[in-house]
Amino acid sequence: MAAKTPEQITDDLLRPLQGASGRYWSFLALFGGVIVAALCAFSWQVYAGIGVAGIRRPVFWGFYITNFVFWIGLSHAGTLISAILRLANATWRRPVTRCAEVITVFALSIGATFPIIHLGRPWLAFWLFPYPSERGIWPNIRSPLLWDFFAINTYLLGSVTFLLLPMIPDMALIRDRAIGLRKKIYTIVALGWRGTPKQWHRLESAMQIMAVAVIPVAVSVHSIVSWDFAMAPVPAWHSTIFAPYFVCGAIFSGIAALIIAMALLRKFLHLEDYLLRIHFENLGKLLLVMSLLWFYFVFAERLTVWYGNDPSEMTVFWVTQTGSFSPLFWLMVVCNFVIPFPILAIKKLRTITGCVIASIGVVIGMWLERFLIIVPSLSHKYLPYSFGTYRPTWVEITITAGTFAGMAMLYMIFAKTVPIISIWELKAAPEAQSHHAPALAPVPDSGAD
Amino acid sequence: MASTNWIYGLFPGPDSADRGVRALRAAGVVQEKILVMSSEPYEEYSFTRAEHETLMPWLATAGGIVGGTCGYLLARLTQVAYPITVGNMPRVSPFPTAIVTYELTMFGAVLTTVITLLITARLARKRPEPYDPEISNGKILIGVVDPADSARAQLEDSLRQAGAEEIKSTGSR
Repeated sequence: MAAKTPEQITDDLLRPLQGASGRYWSFLALFGGVIVAALCAFSWQVYAGIGVAGIRRPVFWGFYITNFVFWIGLSHAGTLISAILRLANATWRRPVTRCAEVITVFALSIGATFPIIHLGRPWLAFWLFPYPSERGIWPNIRSPLLWDFFAINTYLLGSVTFLLLPMIPDMALIRDRAIGLRKKIYTIVALGWRGTPKQWHRLESAMQIMAVAVIPVAVSVHSIVSWDFAMAPVPAWHSTIFAPYFVCGAIFSGIAALIIAMALLRKFLHLEDYLLRIHFENLGKLLLVMSLLWFYFVFAERLTVWYGNDPSEMTVFWVTQTGSFSPLFWLMVVCNFVIPFPILAIKKLRTITGCVIASIGVVIGMWLERFLIIVPSLSHKYLPYSFGTYRPTWVEITITAGTFAGMAMLYMIFAKTVPIISIWELKAAPEAQSHHAPALAPVPDSGAD
Repeated sequence: MASTNWIYGLFPGPDSADRGVRALRAAGVVQEKILVMSSEPYEEYSFTRAEHETLMPWLATAGGIVGGTCGYLLARLTQVAYPITVGNMPRVSPFPTAIVTYELTMFGAVLTTVITLLITARLARKRPEPYDPEISNGKILIGVVDPADSARAQLEDSLRQAGAEEIKSTGSR
């Protein structure tokens, strides 16, 4: 890979912001169409009532809560990984962090809408918020669902600021090069940034504090999401292992989503000189570790249930291992372990393509995992007379598809309005600091992809 | 630093900018009057080492304490004000109270950090500040705020000799 000067870095990373191709608009229209379909489905649900969804006694949590847990988990891609790498002073993180942090903000926002969609009467969502109500009905502080409210909002605040603060110098860079309306917009969002030593120092200090603060918040968010389940006396939910198991799964799916996003950005925005094979390799190694950890948790969880031999838990156990949910369970194991493990463990296979294949498997597998935690337990709760089934309806499927399209669309729009790689951080990298010396050459791309 | 009277030079790189700052100091300009702006942090260079004292970590801690106190009071007072049947369990449940307190502690710390950054880094202000868009092209601005009219020529000379590619000034001459 050729060495890049600071000027080339700036030009390369600002290029995607200039105009859009027909292919870009076609994809945007496609995703927009799916989102419109999802909005129609949601409007129908609001008009006709929650009965149009497949959730009914005894399975009151279906696709919506599966999606909630899945998207909140996916949000661990960015801020948590970025904060850890920042604190560890891993210099290879610089081209990766913003791609990751954007996933967090969008995934968290999408995930947070699902409890409201799930309510059936979303206009009464404010009843869930802790405010002095004249009805004398306060939300129950003892409910983990209320803890979600605090945790998700704290994480959202932390993630949004963690994303936005390092964007300010880049906004100023665009402001100085833009003209017309764009200049006015970027002047506002640049917040009067001038690049004084005081501003740089305060920004660095703020980012260090945020990095320290956001890691425990990220861990707490998914722990609390797990406690939505673990605090309930439902078979296979009431487990002490759930919090770390969920956090592990969240980081696992988050890294997978990040790898997919990076591969797409690399291809469509022509960032081959910035998102190098070494980045995919390093993230692939992390994904491998998380795959092993995930397998360990699943094994430990199943082993404990097996030895406990509690009839209600064993019912859920067998229905997932050999019963009606077993195809989904074994598909999950294949997607989360059987496919990614050899690909990521064998150096020759840990190419960009290999990492993307493994990541696609993990994203599918982790969605299935969320579904398999929720539905089999609720449909096989204690006495057989109360057993039931769950079939998602077109409304739930369309809304689910809409959120995936929404994520893709938001990411595309973001990548066209903000440099998806932090320009100033890249230029400030130690290897670029010698200035006019080779700026970006951590490891030569072997050209395997 | 809302003055509209200043003189500055644009330097091509950090080494010449460093020389520029040293030249200004040698010319008797006090640190508070020296302007430095760049498109990168340049933490390794002495010209960026001013004003590194900050209360931000302490303010973040204080914000966390305020947030945590609010969280504790919210959780506790809610449970006391709206009692529910708890079946011989504590009316103020310790675990939920701790969780709400913790989340609002972090909320307070994060919010305070952002507000402190906006204020201390002088962001989002409406008053005009000296600036040159060439900074975004990699140039480093080194200058002086409110220079004495009699010293302008000497300062221009100092900046030029240190390696400034361009000298710009505003205000009286």
